[in-house]
Amino acid sequence: MSIEFIEIGHFALALALMVAMAQAIIPLVGAGRGNAAMMAVAKPAALMQLVLVLTAFIALIHAFVTSDFSVTGVYNNSHTAKPLLYKIAGTWGNHEGSLVLWVTILAIFGGSVAAFGNNLPPALKARALAVQGMISVGFIAFILFTSNPFLRILPAPSEGMGLNPQLQDPGLAIHPPMLYFGYVGFSMAFSFAVAALIEGRVDATWARWVRPWTLAAWTFLTMGIGLGSWWAYYTLGWGGWWYWDPVENASFIPWLTGTALLHSAIVVEKREALKSWTILLAIVTFSLSLLGTFLVRSGVLTSVHAFASDPTRGVFILVLLAIAIGGSFTLYAIRAPHLQGGGLFAPISREGGLLINNLLLTTAAATVLLGTLYPLITEVLSSNKISVGPPYFDGVFVPLMIPLIILMGIGPRLAWKRGDLGAALSRIKIAALASVAMMALSLVMNGAAKFTDIGGAFGLGMATWLALSTASEWIDRVKLTKGGAWQRITNLPRAAHGMTIAHFGMAVLIAGVSGAGAWKQEHIQTMAPGQSVEIAGYTMTFEGVKMIKGPNYDAGQATITATKGGDFVATMHPELRSYIQPPQQTTFTSIHTTFFADLYAALGEAQGAEGAFVTRFYYQPLIPFLWYGVLLMAFGGLVSLTDRRLRVGAPQRATPAGAMPAPEPAAAE
Amino acid sequence: MTDTVATQPRPQKKASRWPYLIPLVAVLALGGVFAKRLLDVERGVEVNALPTVLLDTPVPAFDLEPLPGHAQGLKNEDLKGQVYLINFWGSWCVTCLYEHPVLLKVAAAGDIPIYGVAWRDTPEKSLAWLAERGDPYARSGQDPNSKAAIAFGVAQAPESFLVDAQGIIRYKQAGPISMQDWQTKIQPLAAMLKAQQKQ
Repeated sequence: MSIEFIEIGHFALALALMVAMAQAIIPLVGAGRGNAAMMAVAKPAALMQLVLVLTAFIALIHAFVTSDFSVTGVYNNSHTAKPLLYKIAGTWGNHEGSLVLWVTILAIFGGSVAAFGNNLPPALKARALAVQGMISVGFIAFILFTSNPFLRILPAPSEGMGLNPQLQDPGLAIHPPMLYFGYVGFSMAFSFAVAALIEGRVDATWARWVRPWTLAAWTFLTMGIGLGSWWAYYTLGWGGWWYWDPVENASFIPWLTGTALLHSAIVVEKREALKSWTILLAIVTFSLSLLGTFLVRSGVLTSVHAFASDPTRGVFILVLLAIAIGGSFTLYAIRAPHLQGGGLFAPISREGGLLINNLLLTTAAATVLLGTLYPLITEVLSSNKISVGPPYFDGVFVPLMIPLIILMGIGPRLAWKRGDLGAALSRIKIAALASVAMMALSLVMNGAAKFTDIGGAFGLGMATWLALSTASEWIDRVKLTKGGAWQRITNLPRAAHGMTIAHFGMAVLIAGVSGAGAWKQEHIQTMAPGQSVEIAGYTMTFEGVKMIKGPNYDAGQATITATKGGDFVATMHPELRSYIQPPQQTTFTSIHTTFFADLYAALGEAQGAEGAFVTRFYYQPLIPFLWYGVLLMAFGGLVSLTDRRLRVGAPQRATPAGAMPAPEPAAAE
Repeated sequence: MTDTVATQPRPQKKASRWPYLIPLVAVLALGGVFAKRLLDVERGVEVNALPTVLLDTPVPAFDLEPLPGHAQGLKNEDLKGQVYLINFWGSWCVTCLYEHPVLLKVAAAGDIPIYGVAWRDTPEKSLAWLAERGDPYARSGQDPNSKAAIAFGVAQAPESFLVDAQGIIRYKQAGPISMQDWQTKIQPLAAMLKAQQKQ
């Protein structure tokens, strides 16, 4: 057999493991000895690693695109009849391939630091890249020894096993890469944190280097979670967008701590306070990202997944986690007590606000983590089987978010060190009044008969509060009503605009959550052709179902006409698809959106011989706002990333590396 | 200064180390829970309570390729009319190593035949494993892509099903069969089923 591209990829990955070992060891030793030549190994090693891992990844994609079923990964997860997009997406739509994507993204981040981090102090850069190298070693070894998609099957099967049809969806094709860019992006904050602990110093410039990586990771993770939720919304066919299931929680927990990290890093940068806390958050966030990978992959939580049946993988990941997380926390326990605290601040101040933000976000993360792991913990300790469902999560999570949202309106108006709460509050009177007015309006319009009506009204009030207080803070800051406002807008740091956009996006998202949660209507019924039902003022007429053929599925496609007051609104075509390989049924919903609300139709099973089918209709007010909110938040992250301060010339450290910085003078009282 | 919440610069005062150990302790505790769970999985303790919905129902249809060099594969039609044990295993499966000597003894005693399903494995590895440790199986079938395993609802290897002469599943063992399991549960049940068959 000739040497083919896939073998080159396989070999490149093995070589990348060797390079990663060099990258993990040599720069670290060099930094310890002050040996510039050894430290300089980090850069070419990280770049070399990027080239090698990318080669492996591209080789695997190539095998999927060309349907080379002699490659195990392709055989198990692909099929010739699959559309090209899903052949490519199939590369990471499975355990082995997703790990290759994981290390590819890790190498991209490592390579970026190597290529663009020329203003980093050499020792910090060498150590951070060495830590990145260690992570690479662990994960590449995991792929090569337990989850290798490059292995060959001889003789080659003529056809593949196919990809889970639920994953054959454009949203899910890009969801994992987004999520992984988020997860893996936090590895940069982690590596910088571990490097700082080894070095024994954390200062404002450190925070300035860490922030863009954290921000980028956060932006990707926000998009990734949003895409996952959107996918669940339009493919599962039940009108829900968040189920609090372990896989969703696994991505949401690091998002919460990552958001906290984003904010605490600002305090380190501006005021040199909260240092060891920020380091802790950086380690915790990446650890939770790893835990997310572990929970989903090892089958510890969902043992019915087939890959769980191979315990070597679970053991390997657990050992990997023990080394990475246990090791970094040990280092933290040794070094963090020696980190110098910085500026003092009063409880009512920007720092104080950000600290409360951090406490609320980490508490929220802890409660979600507890709810996710609680069934596992009780089962292991007492062999009682319990499950924790949405009532718990809604019950503990929402009350934590309320003070956070109130704080989001006030915090940005407080000055550093010592803020004037009275002055801040006096400027947001209008926002407070408007939010109360919104609650009252909602109660009048929608009634207060049910608890959900009250909850929905309260949610809309919170959204109004956050939107107006955020907007008014920006207006005051640029003095929009006075002359020369445009000048001030363009002079304002992009990070400030980013914050405003992201916080505003959060307000939009809250409106979506409240509306969809409180006033969703659903109608599930059996309909014969020609029958109609009413939902939220719309008349839905079921015209019948015809059989259609897709590229790799057969489907029953319904035609449903929606009218309102006799006027035509939309023709909807929900489908029930039967995939050929693997044989599986999926729903394909049809959604008509009006910008403010979604009309949502899903097709169920046939009932009897007369052409009657089960249909599910949902009217979901404000749910589009959920997606607008996610997009705005991610856009805010991007705008913030373009801030000049993060992009160019981070200032060099004031003191030479190795020397301890002078303690900051106490804040003037 | 009483209203400050910041960590103060106190170069000369020795900071307490204990709070900084909390994350490590928490992580170690959680790691312990995960490790125990993985051991449970490996020992075959039924995790996530998967009741055997197949109990007292006919065996799912299966038709598995023989291992290379073996004459016969496994087909549910061919096995009708006898009481037998069907065992899902894999050369990658650590717990199967513990179960294997028991299966060899059971096979040597000759009460009922044992049929092996080499699950998620390559034929080369399966054959090498059997050659090295002895082959307790009257017949073997390959199930590299979990076709039969999914039909049987197998969550982890090893898993075994006792099937009667009418092809009805009478007992399921999730996890390895110990000598005690065999003597106290499976053998008496198999003897009873065989006695019924003769009547």
